[in-house]
Amino acid sequence: MPPPLSSVLAGARDTLPLTVGTTPFAVIFGTLAVAAGLPPIAAVAMSVIVFAGSAQFISVNLIGGGAALPVIWLTTFVINLRHALYSATLQPVARDWPLAWRALAAFWLTDESFAVVDRRFRAHGTEGALPYFVGSALFFYLNWIVWTAIGAVVGHQFSGLATLGLDFAMIATFAAMVAPQLKALAPVAVAATAGSAAWLGQALPYKLGLIGAAAVGVIVGVALDSRRRRTDSPAAVSPEDPR
Amino acid sequence: MSTTLWATILGMFVATFLIRASFLVFGQRLRFPPAVIEALGHVPVAVLSAIVIPEAIAPGGQLNLSLANPYLVGTLIAGLIAWKTGRLLVAVIVSFAVFGAMRWLL
Repeated sequence: MPPPLSSVLAGARDTLPLTVGTTPFAVIFGTLAVAAGLPPIAAVAMSVIVFAGSAQFISVNLIGGGAALPVIWLTTFVINLRHALYSATLQPVARDWPLAWRALAAFWLTDESFAVVDRRFRAHGTEGALPYFVGSALFFYLNWIVWTAIGAVVGHQFSGLATLGLDFAMIATFAAMVAPQLKALAPVAVAATAGSAAWLGQALPYKLGLIGAAAVGVIVGVALDSRRRRTDSPAAVSPEDPR
Repeated sequence: MSTTLWATILGMFVATFLIRASFLVFGQRLRFPPAVIEALGHVPVAVLSAIVIPEAIAPGGQLNLSLANPYLVGTLIAGLIAWKTGRLLVAVIVSFAVFGAMRWLL
């Protein structure tokens, strides 16, 4: 078994390429949070305490729009639900870890560290998985905090950034996150219905329209998935089918 | 920093941690039905579109589908670049430059 320190370093090293993609987001997050009116300490505190990229971005947008607290919390919950799948996937890996380490691992569970650790687990099994995860997650966590702080300072120095249209930078960031997924009928329909429903519901208070619109989009997506499954099944596409 | 902001952040922490800890800390007693897993896959697109589309087509609440709407044009450019190349940072920077130019010129 390799010594723990080398596993820690291996985890950090394998995570480095992923920080190239997320570091700009940390800077943009810090800048936008301050431009949206949050004190720099709040932007950094969010990265330290919450540590969930997309939920942090969306919450800043909601705070700026005067959303109610339960709406922000519920949106955070929904946005992060995918992490339950990661939590379930890593459960067998972490079965023998002490409770405190499992709790810390849960706190540090992100898309990126999950991807790195899951790949390592498939290749090498559970041996040395804990120090490897700690190396990956700690590196990713510190990187996220440091670059959030730098972004917050930039935003603070140029306090006129909001008037320069940084509200648009957030929209552009979200659009760029969604667009690559729009390559099949279902996600396109989800985007179109959720977007139109949100526009129709924007008069609702506390950004409640956002939650409702997202629900409408998800329902449309689920309906299209189940329809596709029916038409794809062999019974529906028999050789005698006149189509 | 205000109490409301602290409450916002602490609530977000609780919501996020409960999900991440679900299986890792509370064990295997939890099970997800496949339908829920499938629905979760649609959540990011639904939420982000629900934020982006109204701000793009109706900045300030007023519907504006013209090509003189910098929010609409910028969003389309950001989406198109990301859709074609998958490069988020390029998409954000180019669309922001176009947005700024339109704001400045129009």
